[in-house]
Amino acid sequence: MSQDQVKDAMAVVPIQEGKLKATIEDKLFLVKYKIDKESHIEIDQEKFKADPVKAILYICPAKTYVLNEETGECLINFENCLECGTCLVAAMHYVRWRYPRGGFGVQYRFG
Amino acid sequence: MSDTEKFTCLIVGAGPAGLSAGLVLARAGVEVAILERGEYPGSKNVMGGILFTTILEKLLPEFWKEAPVERHITHRRFSFLSRDGEVGFDFKTSAFNEPPFNHTWSVLRAKFDRWQAEQAEAAGAMIIPGMMVSELILESGRVVGVKTEPGGEELRCDVVISAEGVNSFLAEQVGLRQVHDPKHMAVAVKEVIGLPQTVIEDRFQLNDLQGSAWEVFGQAVKGTFGSGFVYTNKESISIGVGATIHDMNRHHLNPNDVLEHFKKHPSIQPLIRGGESLEYAAHMIPEGGYTHLPKMIMDGLILTGDAAGLVNASHYHEGSNLAMASGVLAAETVIEAKQRNDFSAATLGTFQKKLEESFVIKDLRKFQKVSAFFNENPHILRDYPDIIVELLRDYFTISEKPKAQIEREVLAKFRREIGVINLVKDMFKMGRALR
Repeated sequence: MSQDQVKDAMAVVPIQEGKLKATIEDKLFLVKYKIDKESHIEIDQEKFKADPVKAILYICPAKTYVLNEETGECLINFENCLECGTCLVAAMHYVRWRYPRGGFGVQYRFG
Repeated sequence: MSDTEKFTCLIVGAGPAGLSAGLVLARAGVEVAILERGEYPGSKNVMGGILFTTILEKLLPEFWKEAPVERHITHRRFSFLSRDGEVGFDFKTSAFNEPPFNHTWSVLRAKFDRWQAEQAEAAGAMIIPGMMVSELILESGRVVGVKTEPGGEELRCDVVISAEGVNSFLAEQVGLRQVHDPKHMAVAVKEVIGLPQTVIEDRFQLNDLQGSAWEVFGQAVKGTFGSGFVYTNKESISIGVGATIHDMNRHHLNPNDVLEHFKKHPSIQPLIRGGESLEYAAHMIPEGGYTHLPKMIMDGLILTGDAAGLVNASHYHEGSNLAMASGVLAAETVIEAKQRNDFSAATLGTFQKKLEESFVIKDLRKFQKVSAFFNENPHILRDYPDIIVELLRDYFTISEKPKAQIEREVLAKFRREIGVINLVKDMFKMGRALR
């Protein structure tokens, strides 16, 4: 085996990184959901736009809320929701968050 | 179920409070149904992972022989993390290896609550999963039932026990609680990380099925008013962070970023290395304590558990046991009310009295100043760990500098960075808050 071949062989055997997830996107793949057709979350878009802080964009543990850069409105990925209720406490004047209907939403296997 | 069927008691929520209440009521022959919005009991329930079981032991003696508990806790650790170091307190005793195992277990809620629901069901409680209570039905100022979704069905009863958890929409509907204050509500996220049993036992210095519970402050949560935790399960580790929503907001933090920061700390990283993330969860914790308890009673309604704000947010981090205690006391109150056939607030008021006489309110009263103290003194969790670790590092740094000189320099630095008077003041205030 030539030097180069040895290098190649080593390059395709990366150090075992394990299966630890780091990003919210990757972690949400681990969560089981039964997704409803309708959203259990509503946003008063005018009040959202007027809010200089927009805490829900960064504080939500499931990245449920994303800014639409073009319209300035808040997109709601309600299917991500882990049902903690933090958005309601952080921005209760424009978030209307309720539990999903019975049987829908997150289904924790470990909890 | 027909529209005319009427229960004596409807319980909203199959968590520790609701299931404990349901078990006691069913055993007393009261017609009771537990309405759970999840597809199965436990599917919406999250906690860090340590369950104190003084109440459970009375309800279901020697539960650990059958219940899906993970490990009994023999090892308690409390640490302050600096950016690159750690100083802490470590306690172990094999006395906790004997039944009743110090009433302290690591638990995975989704599995455990499902089991507890089976016990309530076996005793005669009806458990109705997949049913979300959207509102209370009121008639001339008293609660007479609940409205459910999906379907909009109405169920009637003499009394509702709300065990609906931290978001407590029903308490809000009838004006029993104030609007949630971000300073008194914490958001917590956690990850369950799978590792082989032997690896966990080697890394945490545990013998067979002993467990470790570790509470971590300071840089664990970027110096916010909150903490991180690492709890051992049988074949996984529960790791998480929580802090008040006010503090997360103030620093523009995302809870998962704080968790990843925690996982990368040199004190934590080696413990989870090579593990597999199995689940990610988020939950709120009501930490207002004694001074922010809601009104828990009205005609036909009792609040229990997180819905009643019953969490001891001191270093004990006790919630589920208080929930179980409040569930049992609510059930006993309902049994008495049924005997008198009077479910008015006046009769149900004995619940509050029972709660005040129990460890629940006594403990909350004892720790009532903790939340205000850390809200008013953010520097203690933010600055002290870094300074203390730096002082210890200087002290333990080996060089040819004479030890006497090192001591003098460390003391001088301590006076400069903290100051004896400030430290004494802070310790005194903290002592008072915890006493």
